[in-house]
Amino acid sequence: MPLNLLLNESLAQKLVFSLRIPRLIMAALLGMALAACGEVLQMLFQNPIVEPGFLGVSQGAAFGASLAILFMGGSLLSVEISAAVFALIGLGLSFAISRLIKFGGWVLRLVLSGIVVSAIMSSGLGILKYLADPLTELQDITFWLLGGLWSTTWSDVLIVLPVVAVCLSIVLLMRWRLNVLSLNDATAFSLGAATARERVFLLTCAVIAVAAVTSVSGIVNWVGLIVPHISRRIFGSNAQYSLPGSMLIGGIFTIICDVIARTVLTGEIPLGIITSFLGAVIFIILMSREKLKVGSNE
Amino acid sequence: MSEVPDLILRDVGFGYTEESTVLDSLSLKVEPAKITAILGPNGAGKTTLLNTILGYLKPQRGEVLLDDENIASYSKRQLSQIIGLVPQAEHFPFSFTAFEYILLGRTPYMGMFSMPKEKDYKAARDIVELLKITHLRNRPVEELSGGEQQLVLLARALAQEPKILLLDEPTTHLDLGNTAVILNALKDLARENVTVVFTTHDPQAAVFCADQLVLMKKGNVLSAGSLEETMTSDSLTQLYGVGIQVEKVDTHRVVFLT
Repeated sequence: MPLNLLLNESLAQKLVFSLRIPRLIMAALLGMALAACGEVLQMLFQNPIVEPGFLGVSQGAAFGASLAILFMGGSLLSVEISAAVFALIGLGLSFAISRLIKFGGWVLRLVLSGIVVSAIMSSGLGILKYLADPLTELQDITFWLLGGLWSTTWSDVLIVLPVVAVCLSIVLLMRWRLNVLSLNDATAFSLGAATARERVFLLTCAVIAVAAVTSVSGIVNWVGLIVPHISRRIFGSNAQYSLPGSMLIGGIFTIICDVIARTVLTGEIPLGIITSFLGAVIFIILMSREKLKVGSNE
Repeated sequence: MSEVPDLILRDVGFGYTEESTVLDSLSLKVEPAKITAILGPNGAGKTTLLNTILGYLKPQRGEVLLDDENIASYSKRQLSQIIGLVPQAEHFPFSFTAFEYILLGRTPYMGMFSMPKEKDYKAARDIVELLKITHLRNRPVEELSGGEQQLVLLARALAQEPKILLLDEPTTHLDLGNTAVILNALKDLARENVTVVFTTHDPQAAVFCADQLVLMKKGNVLSAGSLEETMTSDSLTQLYGVGIQVEKVDTHRVVFLT
């Protein structure tokens, strides 16, 4: 839009200020949180193919959002709050169930319980979809599940921004510790880390940031999986550099995807579709170029 | 605290479940500023013993004493500045460079929220030069050969400036040349007043550098003492349950199956 239009036209100013800017900020927050959380999970689980939705968070948020659409009137605020609450319930359940599992190391236990919680949440989601009115509610649910930022308002930003800022600051400050915690348990212990406590703390911070952004955006896949890989390629594996790198790339990637989502067609394309498509394409390109540093645990 | 802390295990018992016993009221006094080799068959509990000394595994009975104080009363940070670990194998899912990996050894001297500072970089550089691995600095650790990886693991533990260094089978996958490099480095450490404890399957490695030899079987110490006392045909035969002969060639002992 031409600059003089922005300076003179009050409608244009309103458009930029109350629609575009909060959406831009939210896209940046979304990408940063997903990418940072993805990197934290990948390093803590010593596994380069986990992503932020792993611990029942995505499915929990989806269930919560659908519940609000069906039974709480489906207002934006109720959907966001319910999604955030159930995302955290998903995380809490994953931790709780992992303590019940009697075999395997902590990574295996947590991953298994994450899968179990996700399955429970998605079966609950299935029931809600089955009950939903296919002409109205089911459409809302489907649209939410595809992810998007069209509904972002300043009040969303004002709630989500502080949560994400605090959580990601902690994660950023502890990024050297993250390196240590990605080593074998006994080695990390020998370097003075309280491994179990510090891991749960870092995981919780990272996942809460994701729960906060997901409550507004819906399910946005692939950013958390693919961006840390790109960052490690550029900045190396040391989280001292690759974690800020992930956040930077994640923010930019998501902003670009959101601009594409907004502008390519006359109608809005759900953001999750764009990130999945672009993410998958980039993943193929990365995988097919020389050797990808994945799982050298022979 | 004295320069080299005394390390004593008193009636230590440990099992991973309630029924199993891996360590069975094991008592041991580790000679300070000397090299102690722990020899024993597979499943004797050697790694468990190292992890218990490290404080990583909590003994269910008995205690591990560092300068007459139970290690449970030390903070994690204090312990990490005293005891270093070279694990049997490190799993590298992400490609740190050798230097970054060595720098991780400085963590005990850093705060929870801090990054390595110039003095940490310097300490890591000094270790790299000491072990003569400057050429490995920027190589990704997971691409190094077994011997090179072992040197980098050792360097990371030394960057920690430990007073007690634990090594879990440091020479198992190494050729003779690399074995000599590692064992000679351990000898240098002992001269620098570091207590070294390592497990091994190779009696010859113990013969080469150990001051104290501990024979371990089924979670207990069969015998412990100088090579002179412990490295005998009888005791090794008893340890492994097969015929073993120990002969002296000049001043060295040679171990072979009969």
